[in-house]
Amino acid sequence: MAQHQDFKKPTFELSMLLYDTRYRSTSFQVIALIFFFSLVWWLVNNTMSNLAISGKDIDFSFLVHESNYDINQRLLEYDSRSSHGRAAVLGVLNTLVLSAIGCITATILGVFVGIARLSKNWIVARIMTVHIEIFRNVPLLLWILLIMSMVAHSFPVPKHFRGADPIATMKLFDSVALTNRGFYIPEPLFSNGFGDMGFFSNSFYISIDLIVILAIFIGSIWASGKIKARAKRIQEETGIRPTTWYLRLGVIFIPTILLLVYLGFYLGYPELKGFNFKGGIHLRNSLIALWIALSLYTSAFIAEIVRSGILAVSKGQTEAAGALGIKPNVIMALVILPQALKVIVPPLISNYLNLTKNSSLAIAVGYMDLTGTLMGITLNQTGRELETLLLGMSIYLTISLLISAVINWYNRRNDMVER
Amino acid sequence: MKKSLFMGALLALGMAATTLSASTLEEVKARGILNCGTSTGVAGFSLPDANNVYQGFDVAVCRAVAAAVLGDPMAVEFVPTTGKTRFTALASGEVDVLSRTTTWTFSRDVDLKLDFHGVNYYDGQGFMVPKSLGVTSAKDLDGATVCIQVGTTTELNLADFFRVNGITYEPVPTEKSSESRSLYQAEACDVYTTDASGLASARSTFADPDAHMILPEIVSKEPLGPVTRHGDNQWGDIVRWTLNALISAEELGITKANVAEMAAAPTNNPEINRMMGTEGNLGEMLGLDADWAVRVIAAEGNYGEIFENHLGPNTQIGLERGLNAQWTDGGLLYSPPFR
Ligand SMILES: N[C@@H](CCC(=O)N[C@@H](CS)C(=O)NCC(=O)O)C(=O)O
Repeated sequence: MAQHQDFKKPTFELSMLLYDTRYRSTSFQVIALIFFFSLVWWLVNNTMSNLAISGKDIDFSFLVHESNYDINQRLLEYDSRSSHGRAAVLGVLNTLVLSAIGCITATILGVFVGIARLSKNWIVARIMTVHIEIFRNVPLLLWILLIMSMVAHSFPVPKHFRGADPIATMKLFDSVALTNRGFYIPEPLFSNGFGDMGFFSNSFYISIDLIVILAIFIGSIWASGKIKARAKRIQEETGIRPTTWYLRLGVIFIPTILLLVYLGFYLGYPELKGFNFKGGIHLRNSLIALWIALSLYTSAFIAEIVRSGILAVSKGQTEAAGALGIKPNVIMALVILPQALKVIVPPLISNYLNLTKNSSLAIAVGYMDLTGTLMGITLNQTGRELETLLLGMSIYLTISLLISAVINWYNRRNDMVER
Repeated sequence: MKKSLFMGALLALGMAATTLSASTLEEVKARGILNCGTSTGVAGFSLPDANNVYQGFDVAVCRAVAAAVLGDPMAVEFVPTTGKTRFTALASGEVDVLSRTTTWTFSRDVDLKLDFHGVNYYDGQGFMVPKSLGVTSAKDLDGATVCIQVGTTTELNLADFFRVNGITYEPVPTEKSSESRSLYQAEACDVYTTDASGLASARSTFADPDAHMILPEIVSKEPLGPVTRHGDNQWGDIVRWTLNALISAEELGITKANVAEMAAAPTNNPEINRMMGTEGNLGEMLGLDADWAVRVIAAEGNYGEIFENHLGPNTQIGLERGLNAQWTDGGLLYSPPFR
């Protein structure tokens, strides 16, 4: 009898950490964690002592020193007297601009190709397959270099636009100049503008005109949303939907147009002066090469995502909608795509992140993004490898996390309620 | 991935995982081969020939060091580096010595923890333009598009020159000089700027060298020379005195042709004897044998011969000695005495 009592008493033994399933996973995790931290500690420690041996320390003070180099694409005021920190900020902005325009065109192209690939038209579907396979299977760097050299070697030199009988002429009613140094397009200007506003003790300026225009435009869209909501309410109460499209169109565009007129909006055209075109917006050949290559490359992946998203919606949905007499393109827009989006958006995010990270190939064509300024010239001229790389990596990490956060938020907001 | 980023990460990892070894000489001897950082291709300075053997003025320095240390001028592994990757390659231990048109500056010497071992080419930054551009002075370049290489002193001098003269320009940065040259030839830039020797070298590779001119302004001092890491003084001494041996040999009249004869028996000139190891023990002081300098000169000849063969007026590059003449001929070359 005494023997039975022994069995009931739960005594803890060390071996149970390994053999008892209640503890096993925790103990393995603890062991892994200890290993991980010792490894990190060892790496950090070793780095420090090796830095000490080679006489280097960790020091970020270079960020406030004069950079002494120039940057061609500047979204903020900058010259060679500005600091390395400011050069890094310009690099981040250039990375963001490239990523943003790349994501937009890649999405438009990708959605189009993805849908067209499902076309019943054999030729259209084949062409889209070829598009996808070509751009997905050739390394991105090669596309970038190819497009760069196409622009640099096949478009006319600025001086060819000169003279009584020039070899090259400007396009689109003399408003656009396509040269081997990049494309010059008209820029929006205001004869009666509000000027600029300085931020952070005037360390950078933002055009007040731009802020006002954006504010008015966003306000108009919000008002238009209100009109739509009201129409919906009336429809639910009375069964009749009032016609509102002209109202909404007016609300969206009329205030902005009036504002533009008030500000004295006009277009500044590029003009050949001296060695180069002056005026207008200069899209440098490096930006164009990266933009096109990143868009085409990423569009191939997005197209596949869109296609698989559409295929994931059961065929019954199309058939049911068809039985209700809904037209095919309306079925795609109102029945299939909204459901497909749920499948499409998560991998789409990761493609946006890929595009952003791939934009770091920029230095191959001399585009001054973050890898060109902070992790390129600054690293090289100051010799601060560890500092610039750590800083650069944290910036990329932050950008990526921000993109994910924004799109996840959007995704959750638009989550379908399943019935 | 971009090479410099990769190298940077590698350096960080390398720093983290290893303890930098103390004696480069021991390491090179054990390896049996010298790792020499060189350019990605500059005619006359470092470029593989038709048989894939590296040739050039900077290459010759590495061959001389290999001859001194390993007894074989061909026992060199050349590692192509760009303006951006070169110092990382050196600091991480990927190369033992860097001989790549590299300018000796204060911050590279002091802050980047590098050691410069004299000057093998006194240079200065210049500008090259197509003659058809109709420009005769660098000060006329307001608004021009300029091709440069990143990570160089070139981009810093350029910024200073234009700012000080109150004129503007549009920089087109590239990583390799081959990219700069190609953009310049496509007229995607109006101007190509780098060290004047580099311009002469670039022009020699063009199909129509005469269509291009180098503007009169030289806007900087660019003393180019071989570099090693801080901290290994013995290795630094070897590189420095190898270069000095090449320079002194020209001054003393020791050539590739007569070096064997000079070394066979003591001559009347004690300095020659000390260099040739027939007198004193300079080689031993360096941690090498007595014949080290004999092999250095036997490899490709003295400084003058190397210059003649790779850069001189009879080559494609066609450079005059200019500042790079011996001090006895009114130039700046001046080796400290072998004593
Ligand atoms: N001397 C300058 C510039 C050196 C430089 O980059 N020169 C060019 C043209 S001579 C070069 O060697 N390029 C070779 C390459 O790109 O690999 C420096 O040390 O920063």
